[in-house]
Amino acid sequence: MTDAATQIKETVTTNDVVLFMKGTKSMPQCGFSSRVAGVLNYMEVEFADVNVLADDAMRQGIKDYSDWPTVPQLYVKGEFVGGCDIITEMMLSGELDTLLAENNVSYDKDAADKIREANG
Amino acid sequence: MPMQAQDIENLIRETFPSAKITITDLAGDGNHYSAEVIDESFKGKNRVQQQRAVYASLKGKMDGAHGDLHALALTTKAPD
Repeated sequence: MTDAATQIKETVTTNDVVLFMKGTKSMPQCGFSSRVAGVLNYMEVEFADVNVLADDAMRQGIKDYSDWPTVPQLYVKGEFVGGCDIITEMMLSGELDTLLAENNVSYDKDAADKIREANG
Repeated sequence: MPMQAQDIENLIRETFPSAKITITDLAGDGNHYSAEVIDESFKGKNRVQQQRAVYASLKGKMDGAHGDLHALALTTKAPD
């Protein structure tokens, strides 16, 4: 494994929820990253953020690691869940709630319902 | 370099000849598209597997700064 792959594996196995993104959760630098970080923040999900713009090896490494060409990328308990489109769909359908609950990740159900109401 | 919607559809169709493919130019700049792909082969696959296959059909066009295509919002599903 490359250094980046080793680092990614360690990050996704030592944190329950990890978002690889452009920018940080408090200051996203891309609309797609911002949308996913915004959903997680609003649902009060505790997650680690990795800014791929801060590290060229990571920027390419995360794409190789997941065989997925775009950022953001969300991982739950070490498993790649999806990018912006998939997370948006799963958020609105309630599948994201199920996934978090199944993995014992705490989140604010009322906040999730509010997002769905606003986008219903 | 921007891509035409037809080019994107053609690439996807090489891999998914009988799929229903809808490409929309979201910003009118040839750089931000959405694509909906509905194909029989998606049955039994999760979204990550479905979309990985579509990305693969685009053969590197999405490769970041060096790619022709900056943003493609993907929706994939099997026919009802």
